[in-house]
Amino acid sequence: MTVAVVQFGGSNCDRDTVQALESLGIEAERVWHEDGLPADVEGIVLPGGFSYGDYLRAGAMAAHSPIMDEVRDAAVAGTPVLGICNGAQIGCEASLTPGAFTTNESARFQCEHVHVRVENADTPWTRQYEEGDVIELPIAHGEGRFEIDDDRLETLEDEGRVLFRYCEADGTVTPEANPNGSKHSIAGVTGEEGDHVAVLMPHPERATLADIGVTDGQGVLEGFRAD
Amino acid sequence: MTGYTATVTVRLKSGVLDPEAETTQQALERLGFELEDLRSADRFEIDLDAASATDARERAEEMAERLLANPTIHDYEVDVTER
Repeated sequence: MTVAVVQFGGSNCDRDTVQALESLGIEAERVWHEDGLPADVEGIVLPGGFSYGDYLRAGAMAAHSPIMDEVRDAAVAGTPVLGICNGAQIGCEASLTPGAFTTNESARFQCEHVHVRVENADTPWTRQYEEGDVIELPIAHGEGRFEIDDDRLETLEDEGRVLFRYCEADGTVTPEANPNGSKHSIAGVTGEEGDHVAVLMPHPERATLADIGVTDGQGVLEGFRAD
Repeated sequence: MTGYTATVTVRLKSGVLDPEAETTQQALERLGFELEDLRSADRFEIDLDAASATDARERAEEMAERLLANPTIHDYEVDVTER
């Protein structure tokens, strides 16, 4: 079992993600994007950072790099894929997941802890939680506003593909608790190939090690544990 | 083959929030300018050799579809001129 954490030029959460996964007893390694995926890959993380300096749009360049063809093939074959922050932007730009993450409503980079509510607990990434659970995770992004056309948004909602929604500490979804203006306060969604592919803007790997204080993100990374 | 410049203009779809444009508008208003609204767009000028203007346009449109624009949030237009 090896989870490949794909490192692009400008990724900066790759080491944190490997460390967080290994702390849970999940074998993980960093994979430089030009080297391609290892043969025994059983999970893939597209980590956070500023791949290609966010040129053009956050995630746009990495989404069209050659390793993404391998990631897409693996996703189609059923390999779990998780995109975190810049990895979420890459996942959407690569059409692995629906919608787009674009400029925050504030037009500012925001780095803070937020609360998110588990909307669908029947996915690999949320099965450690109950539907309606509220967890605390850090965000750190300038382009995290989930945008999608209204028809597709309704389809996502109907199909239960919203993983997490920004909320107050008590679970109430309010405009004030939505840090970036995301439609329907969406913080994460599942993919076009099934719920083994998912992206989210908050950082579960920054809320996994006990030394950091908050460990609510462990359950998300547990999605890589073999059944 | 003829040399063309394909100008690809990428802008947010109508109705998609543009926080950077709003911030820019506010900055202009702080400088004392009066304006009704402000929209921003990205413009790419692509020099290429093609058999015809139609061919140049098709290639630029494919570039817009595949990379320059994100169809979830953007519309784009292509204008081709001979160099």
